[in-house]
Amino acid sequence: MSSSSGPAAAAAVAAAAAEDSHRKKRRKIEADDAEETSRGRKTAGAGVGETTWRSLAQQRLYYTRLVEALSRSRRSSSASSAEAQDAASASASASASSPPSSGAGEVRGIADRVLATAAKGRSRWSRAILASRLRMSRLGKHHKKARAPTGRGRLKKKPPPQPALEGGARKRRLPAVERRVKVLGRLVPGCRGISMSSVLEETSDYIAALEMQVRAMTVLTQLLSGAQQQLPPTTTTTSGGQIGSGSGSGSG
Amino acid sequence: MSTRRASRSSQPSSVAGMSDEQISDLLSKLRQLIPQLRTNYTDKVSASKLLQETCNYIRSLHREVDDLSDQISQLLASTDRDSDQAAIIRSLLL
Repeated sequence: MSSSSGPAAAAAVAAAAAEDSHRKKRRKIEADDAEETSRGRKTAGAGVGETTWRSLAQQRLYYTRLVEALSRSRRSSSASSAEAQDAASASASASASSPPSSGAGEVRGIADRVLATAAKGRSRWSRAILASRLRMSRLGKHHKKARAPTGRGRLKKKPPPQPALEGGARKRRLPAVERRVKVLGRLVPGCRGISMSSVLEETSDYIAALEMQVRAMTVLTQLLSGAQQQLPPTTTTTSGGQIGSGSGSGSG
Repeated sequence: MSTRRASRSSQPSSVAGMSDEQISDLLSKLRQLIPQLRTNYTDKVSASKLLQETCNYIRSLHREVDDLSDQISQLLASTDRDSDQAAIIRSLLL
């Protein structure tokens, strides 16, 4: 795997990882993390330094980190919104809880960042995700972080098949395989304009990582929705009244 | 390293800088990852189709992650009504 942007990308990963580790409250997680990494390296697949995305341990680790990052961002956003409320207390705006704008994009960004960090800089796509986030946060701190350039929204059109374009319009007919690999390179972050073999390698790693991300986020969604259903509904009409009175029990 | 130009079945040998074997190795490895193509392993899948299915699969995974992020953000936002609920959820998660 070419490491042309090695030092800069490694610094990005180190910065992100340092930021994560500074805010860890449980040392045990760090110890577990060291174990997982060593275990991951021992059972690495065919590629050099590939992460084992399929292991349950890796998924649990990602899940924990994701939850930490989400709760951190919620705490900071609620703190900032509380400050805003205090500042705007003069105006009679009764919007108690304003959800952060584009909350889904925020969650997606956090999930991608944690996923890229979990790769520990061993794959090109993970370095590209972290680097692009650093770039965007530098451009505008208060600007909402745009999604990592995975090209999702743009790729609605498929490249036309062009089975046998014999006209003199194209001097060089790209073989179908090369064309498709180019398209693939646009889907995987940071894989434009690299060799075919690198694209295919990155793709396998990226797909495995995405699947793990989906598994972990599904678990989180189920947990959150389950917790929502089981909690007794609190009446918000009564100001500062009994909280969690349990009057509406057994709501389906 | 002489590439076989006679075979024009699915892997064109005119790809720059890679041997057929290397390509087919990576492609077969990729094929194991795509759930759709994993089952009918007896049929031969052309490289072009395999790559197309890979792109579709990645796009569908992106969509799934987007949907899940949407749900998670909604669930997290809706529990902000009350600090008690949020505290309970936080204790459940961590």
